[in-house]
Amino acid sequence: MAIVECRDVEKQFVKGRETVEVLTGINLDIEEGDFLALMGPSGSGKTTLLNLIGGLDHPTSGLIRVGGSDLNELSGRALAKWRSVHVGFIFQFYNLLPVLNAQRNVELPLLLTNLSRAQRQKNAAIALEIVGLTDRAKHKPGELSGGQQQRVAIARAIVADPKLLVCDEPTGDLDRETADEILGLLEILNRDHRKTVIVVTHDPKAAGHAKKILHMDKGKLVEEAIV
Amino acid sequence: MFSQIYEITAMNVRNIGSRIGSSSVIVVGIAGVVAVLVGLLSMATGFNMVLESSSLPNRAIVMRDGTNGELSSNLGIEEFNILSRMEGIELASGELYVIADIPKKETGSPANLVFRGMRQAGLDIRPEFQIVAGRRFEPGRNELVAGVMAAAEFAGLEIGSEIDFRESNWRIVGHFEAQGGAYESEVWADLAVVQSSFRRPGSITSARVLLEDPAQAEAINERIQADPRLDLRLETEAQFYASQGEQRAALINTFGYGVAFLMAIGAVFAALNTMYTAVSTRTVEIAILRALGFGGVPLVFSVMIEALLLAVLGGILGGVVVYLLFDGYTASTLNSGSFSQVAFDFAVTPELLRLGITWALVLGVIGGLFPAVRAARLPITTALRGE
Ligand SMILES: Nc1ncnc2c1ncn2[C@@H]1O[C@H](COP(=O)(O)OP(=O)(O)OP(=O)(O)O)[C@@H](O)[C@H]1O
Ligand SMILES: [Mg+2]
Repeated sequence: MAIVECRDVEKQFVKGRETVEVLTGINLDIEEGDFLALMGPSGSGKTTLLNLIGGLDHPTSGLIRVGGSDLNELSGRALAKWRSVHVGFIFQFYNLLPVLNAQRNVELPLLLTNLSRAQRQKNAAIALEIVGLTDRAKHKPGELSGGQQQRVAIARAIVADPKLLVCDEPTGDLDRETADEILGLLEILNRDHRKTVIVVTHDPKAAGHAKKILHMDKGKLVEEAIV
Repeated sequence: MFSQIYEITAMNVRNIGSRIGSSSVIVVGIAGVVAVLVGLLSMATGFNMVLESSSLPNRAIVMRDGTNGELSSNLGIEEFNILSRMEGIELASGELYVIADIPKKETGSPANLVFRGMRQAGLDIRPEFQIVAGRRFEPGRNELVAGVMAAAEFAGLEIGSEIDFRESNWRIVGHFEAQGGAYESEVWADLAVVQSSFRRPGSITSARVLLEDPAQAEAINERIQADPRLDLRLETEAQFYASQGEQRAALINTFGYGVAFLMAIGAVFAALNTMYTAVSTRTVEIAILRALGFGGVPLVFSVMIEALLLAVLGGILGGVVVYLLFDGYTASTLNSGSFSQVAFDFAVTPELLRLGITWALVLGVIGGLFPAVRAARLPITTALRGE
């Protein structure tokens, strides 16, 4: 069953008097358990599409169904609640809260659940263990390397146990070796923890970790290659 | 929703220390506004307190009708005699109110000192009069007693020293208190001696009278107005000082609020600016939290609560600073009605401190709300692209 379905998705941005056509008719199915890499030139609309799938924004037209929910029917608080349960986000610049230590950053999504404090701490510790950062739990982001910060971000993305992970250039700011470690981690999450992973990347080597690569150009999916 | 507000606020408050820079700018900025506001208003409050303690309920002042101060008033001898025999008036003291130029201690430049001549009745009519050092002046001699505020403010009023004015030489024989009232800013001497030294033989400017019944003041004034031999007006001291004080307090209030208002506008913009910066460094943070599923409303609330906490802290800090610096600090003012100096203490009262905290809260709300709402309304995707 497809966990993500996009039907004739279009997205325009209005900038002053100009209307920018960013996505012009996207049709896409992503199966549960898939590991998909999304590539394409800068400005082709990769981030925009990822944001629509993650429920951070609505399409101008077309249908997006994720995990059975029609995202057009959700908005505001309902959509926020949906995100907290169903999607984990991983960004290029980690987007951790600088004042919180690793453990507390990972705990953040659990503040939206009914879990007890002790249970939250336990789950956060498990997530940190999965990404191999147990010994850095009390460190703040500023005291961690880029790769370590991205691991914290991944722990935060999986702590509430969503089925879908959306990653926007997760290794864009990292060196080769660290990038491979992060991608290896995503592979483990895909394989052993049954997460569906979508990765936007410019790096063909990074895309090599995926089961499937899609290319985008000027707001369209142009070809599909199976690795 | 409440649990979200609670969790985020708790998190922010726990981490106020980590943002010590932006937090302390807000606290200090608001402390400054509150300090200025409370400081200025404590002046007006202190001034009013002096005037209030200058009056007794059953004491009234009689002046020429149509004059607005003792300096410009004068009473005829015959008028005074009729007045002192009127029904309902227990005791009357005819007094000569003049002004002398005496150098101030601090600046050395001359300022107006009230010189009041009176007979024994003048002291009897003022039970609050109390010699705190030295003795009373004796009738017929060039001796004077100085109020403690006058002695503190003006040069040469120490006991035993001599001072010249109008070609006459005076010896200071005592210092007196008058329950903190305006009289403490005056010097007193024997009526006849003042009259001859200031070349105003037989003249009195005003009378203080003791009423048998304070409720009768209005009725007695009506009888005075009705008497063709008298061109006078009687006011209770409370009324007299209230009208004098109102002008002054109104002036200080207007000035205080005016300056505080300008400063507040400046400070609101400064606070807005710092808060904008403080909160916009959090625009990304707020966007991250929203992406994770936190609601915009709880985020705005928690930023507001934090801003208010910082504002209250600033308000308290400002209040404490003013209290320590100014409470009891003595200032003096030229009284426009009498052209004399009235010294008073700044009074930083609990009401003023409450007012200061209220202002701090208002600043906190204005300074915190707009940037927080702006950050919460910005589309998440836009905010996250903003790196
Ligand atoms: N909120 C927005 N408002 C206006 N224009 C936008 C907005 N978001 C994206 N765009 C425009 O849409 C186009 C696609 O942007 P998008 O970020 O999806 O590209 P991308 O493929 O992720 O590029 P990159 O590889 O550089 O990250 C760009 O031209 C961009 O300027
Ligand atoms: Mg992008």
